[in-house]
Amino acid sequence: MYRIRFHGRGGQGMKTASRILGTAFFLAGYEVQDAPRYGAERRGAPIFAYVRADKAPINERGIINHPDLVIVADESLVPVPAAGVLAGITENTLMLINSSEKEQTWKARLNHSGTILTLPVATGGVEKADLPFAGAACAGAAACLTGVITEAVLKQAIESELAELGAEVVEKNLNNALDAYQAMLPHAGEVEEGSQVSADSYQLPDWIDLPFDDARISAPAIHAAATSVMVKTGLWRTQRPIIDYDHCKGCWWVCSSYCPDGAINVVDARPIIDYDHCKGCMVCVAQCPPHAIEAIPEKQAQAADEQARLAAIGGPA
Amino acid sequence: MTRTLLTGNAAAAWGARLAGVDYVPAFPITPQTEIIETLANWIDSGEMRGRLVTLESEHSMVTAAGSAAATGVRVFSATSSQGLLYAMEMLYTVSGWRAPFVLTNVSRGLSSPITLEPDHNDILAARDSGFLQIHCASCQEVLDSTLIAYRLAEDERVRLPVIVNLDGFYLSFTREPVEIPDADAARQFVGSFDAENIRFRASAPESHAVAVLGGGPYSYFRYETHLAAINGLAVYDEIADEFHQHFGRRHDAVEAYRVDDADYLFVMMGSFASKAREAVDRLREAGWAIGLARPRLLRPLPAALLQQLLADRKGVAVIDQNISMGMGGVLHSELASVLYGRNNAPPVLASFIGGLGGRDISTEEFFEIAQVLRQAVESGQTPPPRLLFTETELREVRKLQAIAQVERSQLGETND
Repeated sequence: MYRIRFHGRGGQGMKTASRILGTAFFLAGYEVQDAPRYGAERRGAPIFAYVRADKAPINERGIINHPDLVIVADESLVPVPAAGVLAGITENTLMLINSSEKEQTWKARLNHSGTILTLPVATGGVEKADLPFAGAACAGAAACLTGVITEAVLKQAIESELAELGAEVVEKNLNNALDAYQAMLPHAGEVEEGSQVSADSYQLPDWIDLPFDDARISAPAIHAAATSVMVKTGLWRTQRPIIDYDHCKGCWWVCSSYCPDGAINVVDARPIIDYDHCKGCMVCVAQCPPHAIEAIPEKQAQAADEQARLAAIGGPA
Repeated sequence: MTRTLLTGNAAAAWGARLAGVDYVPAFPITPQTEIIETLANWIDSGEMRGRLVTLESEHSMVTAAGSAAATGVRVFSATSSQGLLYAMEMLYTVSGWRAPFVLTNVSRGLSSPITLEPDHNDILAARDSGFLQIHCASCQEVLDSTLIAYRLAEDERVRLPVIVNLDGFYLSFTREPVEIPDADAARQFVGSFDAENIRFRASAPESHAVAVLGGGPYSYFRYETHLAAINGLAVYDEIADEFHQHFGRRHDAVEAYRVDDADYLFVMMGSFASKAREAVDRLREAGWAIGLARPRLLRPLPAALLQQLLADRKGVAVIDQNISMGMGGVLHSELASVLYGRNNAPPVLASFIGGLGGRDISTEEFFEIAQVLRQAVESGQTPPPRLLFTETELREVRKLQAIAQVERSQLGETND
């Protein structure tokens, strides 16, 4: 059985990736299970999606504990424990990371003895509309790495999954997916079907008898206010809204009223975005009457920040 | 017939569409919303006839479902978790009206603490409501059970509403290959709703659900509902046979997987039971004589079938994805009552609680449950109930508690 996990952020098309790959396997004659798993249903929140494919009916269910292939669309998730990117990875797991860094760098960083490949795919692109294409590219790469899905089947799967979005979107996704497929050709078929666990030798679950804790400890309460401020949900952002104060009319209430996270404060009739908590939903961009809020890819914004920081301390520009 | 990939939610919507429902009162809740979104899209585009109305709560939604059913039309609705509980008063009420309809519940653990992932405490809270219950383990079963549920609900020997249950995430958002029957074949199987004397109409007043003072009449009406539910056992078997003839798929009241020569059995409900099936296959490879019994019908409870399936086994492990506070696993209690006093009852009926709030049950844990069962049989000592919970998980909880403690001391000073 193939067991494949996609990791990304809400809005990057991981569910779409799992569906494209699932449909491709199905068209190639496999029994399939594909599903997304998420907590906060928000753009930018960590999500993963998984695909199982086998020639026989599938009885396994739920999260994949020991994946044969892990695809990471957003490299910033790798060190986030809650994202679970590294969960259950063994030396037999092939990891594909969407990153412009070298494969050796990732191997050393993660101390991973199995194969790591990188696929430089634009997660943000220049246009916001390009975002979901990371999903198609990831699906295309995965399809090639399994070695059992042809380009023609991949194409058919994308057309069937994305038909409702119109010909132009299908075309862009097809191009991205096929580029990724071709980029992976030197590694075609390197993902191997994992084996079943054996009832003769297996790792014992470390079951314990749960002790009694009194309600001062065991009630699900946090006895303090405003703890959500401590959670830097700004890390979820894939697009950053930036206010162009030359065009801002200082009407002060539209963007801050519409912000679903209360992350725009108005100080002296000037709206200021709290980037620690802005999740990059882009509602303000859509609502601003004089169109004074621009969206740029977070990666690009971070690179510019870094340049500015280095310039300020006299380092390399 | 088309075989395609569908989520459990899409399969539920297909079931309603193929049953030719007339009216869908709706209210959204994760992880069910995709069902009503799918139906709304079809009705809006004209692909499906019928009327969908969004209500202001699940309480009103179930009231609308029962009221519409009392006019003699075919009704479908769907909810989950807190929504089902919010409608609880009306679940008991509308089942007493004896007006049949089908409600899909997408199981999700109950608050508090709040979660999105599945266990069966929501659906089991409706256990005694008069709704019959079918529990699904695959997306195919969700579609098929919805068709079966209309036949069961509308049968003149039953005439009770039916809940079709599927697990959130593990089925609701999971795509699997599903055979979608042709519309004609489905309609031929489900048939049209012969509402007979169910005909509540505008300008033709009737009294439904009258008041009865005094326990005698009340007992009569309540017990008649019970007898109708019991009738559901034989009616279900007939419908399941007919379904098999039409579509080639068997959905017995209790799934019996590799039980023929089994000394040991797992018993569990819902989609996690397919994990048990996987474990049975692996254990069989290692020489174990073990199988799985999975009740699909919980109400009415197929007691005779369960007695027969469990008879003469050496040991049975009941894995409950629910917990009755102060008692334990609900299915374990029900099986104990079904088996009590029978000569050929298995000597060991061990209780395990697992999968609460969607907590995974690994294949290795099923292996270990089988080991515990074998040791219990050899020693003749039934082990105490076990929560499937690991030291690693406790460490995670302790970490969260430590963080909460730090926040209390740093941020909560003004409250102290």
